Amino acid sequence: MSTLAAPGGGIAGAKPGWRTALGWDGTTLLVLPAVLFVFAFFIFPCIYGLALSFMPTKGGAFDNYIRFFTEERFYSTIWKTLLIALPATTANVFLALPIAFALRKSSKFQRVVTAVLVVPITLGTVLVAQGLLGYLGPNGWFIRILHMLHLVDGPIRLTHNYIGVLLSLIITGFPFSFLLTLSYVTGIDPMLAKAAATLGASPWTQFKQIYLPLLAPGLAMGFCLAFVQSFAVFPSAVLLGEPAGATRVMALAVYQLAYEDYNAPMAAAGAMVMGVVQLIVVACILGFRSLFYRGPVGGTKG
Amino acid sequence: MTGAALTRSGDFQAPFWNRVWHVTLWALVWLFILNVAGVVASVAVDSFGTRWFGTWLPEGFTSKWYFSAWDEFQLNDVLIVTVKVVAAVVLISVILGVPAAYALARREFAGKRTILLLLVLPVLVPTITYGVPLATLLYRVNLGGTLTGVIIANLVPTVPFVVLVMTPFIEQIDQRLESAARVCGAGTWSVFRYVLVPLLAPGIMAAALLVLVRSIGMFELTFLTAGPDSQTLVVSLYAAAFSAGIRANQSLDALAVVYMVSSLFWLIIALRFVNPVQLVGRVRD
Repeated sequence: MSTLAAPGGGIAGAKPGWRTALGWDGTTLLVLPAVLFVFAFFIFPCIYGLALSFMPTKGGAFDNYIRFFTEERFYSTIWKTLLIALPATTANVFLALPIAFALRKSSKFQRVVTAVLVVPITLGTVLVAQGLLGYLGPNGWFIRILHMLHLVDGPIRLTHNYIGVLLSLIITGFPFSFLLTLSYVTGIDPMLAKAAATLGASPWTQFKQIYLPLLAPGLAMGFCLAFVQSFAVFPSAVLLGEPAGATRVMALAVYQLAYEDYNAPMAAAGAMVMGVVQLIVVACILGFRSLFYRGPVGGTKG
Repeated sequence: MTGAALTRSGDFQAPFWNRVWHVTLWALVWLFILNVAGVVASVAVDSFGTRWFGTWLPEGFTSKWYFSAWDEFQLNDVLIVTVKVVAAVVLISVILGVPAAYALARREFAGKRTILLLLVLPVLVPTITYGVPLATLLYRVNLGGTLTGVIIANLVPTVPFVVLVMTPFIEQIDQRLESAARVCGAGTWSVFRYVLVPLLAPGIMAAALLVLVRSIGMFELTFLTAGPDSQTLVVSLYAAAFSAGIRANQSLDALAVVYMVSSLFWLIIALRFVNPVQLVGRVRD
């Protein structure tokens, strides 16, 4: 496409010719600045990183990858990250689904509850991590309430371990999953459920027989997008977890390689492994989704 | 068919289980809201507290931590950098993204699917995967650690985001309005200035506000590319939290409150203009 960046590519001056044959005219050239930007600052760095990862500071081309998959402190980050990201994403998607379903009818109430549930998005991972340190900490309100209600006796620890990171991912990730699921649920024509209701279907049956199959593609996509966010977990794994132990995640390992060991090729290799692992998970989820119903969700349109 | 048959047998218990289901659901919602409120409140209360150890509330209240945090974290400089970065990111991503969205919404052309895929990729690839090589590159051309470098890195996810949000929005606008203006003799610029911009304004506003909220909170990319003079608020919050113990926790929480207020302020404005549900819905495909 970059070859189509003809000189003087702008709004005016588009003459009919080879460009018209491809369906390109003055208006379509408007897409070029954004595309060139993404090429320069996304595609090019990715290719650069890939190339860099095969040029280790010493040894053969594949040495960085061999090192990554043979040294425990590197390859263990893969399952440590998955062990945090997959449960957090699953929890978020399965919490979001019934709540979004209950709020599917548009109303003032729905807007208020949605707005309140969205707030943690703006808090960001760093602030939530810092806040949870106090809130879940040994003298924090959460543990005090648990003790007061006699739900637990004796000391428990919720920060500087796996649980803290998991909870922070649920708090920061839930609003996103919720919004996404809500938009999918509200996109389904309610007439379909009404039709089923006239045949005597209970809300549960309506959900199971109508909404769930129609939601499957949306849920799969929502799961992927939520997973992308949890998989990149970084600040909370450091601040709220055990960065040397159970929550030494891939992002942290890559960061340390680049900024503490100053080993850019090895860091690039780690970054590539991280991208590939994530794309494999996304591909698995989308493959799993294709086992379900595919088709329109509008119902009455066709 | 089978569904209808199944329910008829379970009809007698339905009201009871419905109620149980409802109560559980709303208990979950409230649990979530209360815990988030607890997190926010414990930061806010601590930032105003004097000494707080092993009790429900601090011994006394003071505002001195805000003054000490202001000096300690050089908040003047940090806030100026944050405003510069966020303003530049919002402006540039709208300037690059809206025309691209217009082209994608109005025309069918060879390579359109490839371009759409290209724009979706930055959303699906982890930030660290492209952030680390991008930072390496920026440092090689002496842009690493500068304001420009931070702005470029933050634009990588926001430009595609604006395109993806704006494309369906532009598709909804009746193309005949533009044709009518052209029939009346309006040039491209006039169509743009008097027809498109007024119609697109709400959508642009919504996209810009979302980019704004996102880039205030964007940690990883800024963290990887920022130098000592180009730290934004969220990065200095992380740096302060990372070296906690050196400073009083209260002044750290005061910094957190400053961050929270600046981010929430914009979210509230954003929510007045857009229904969040529609926004995410538009990002679909």
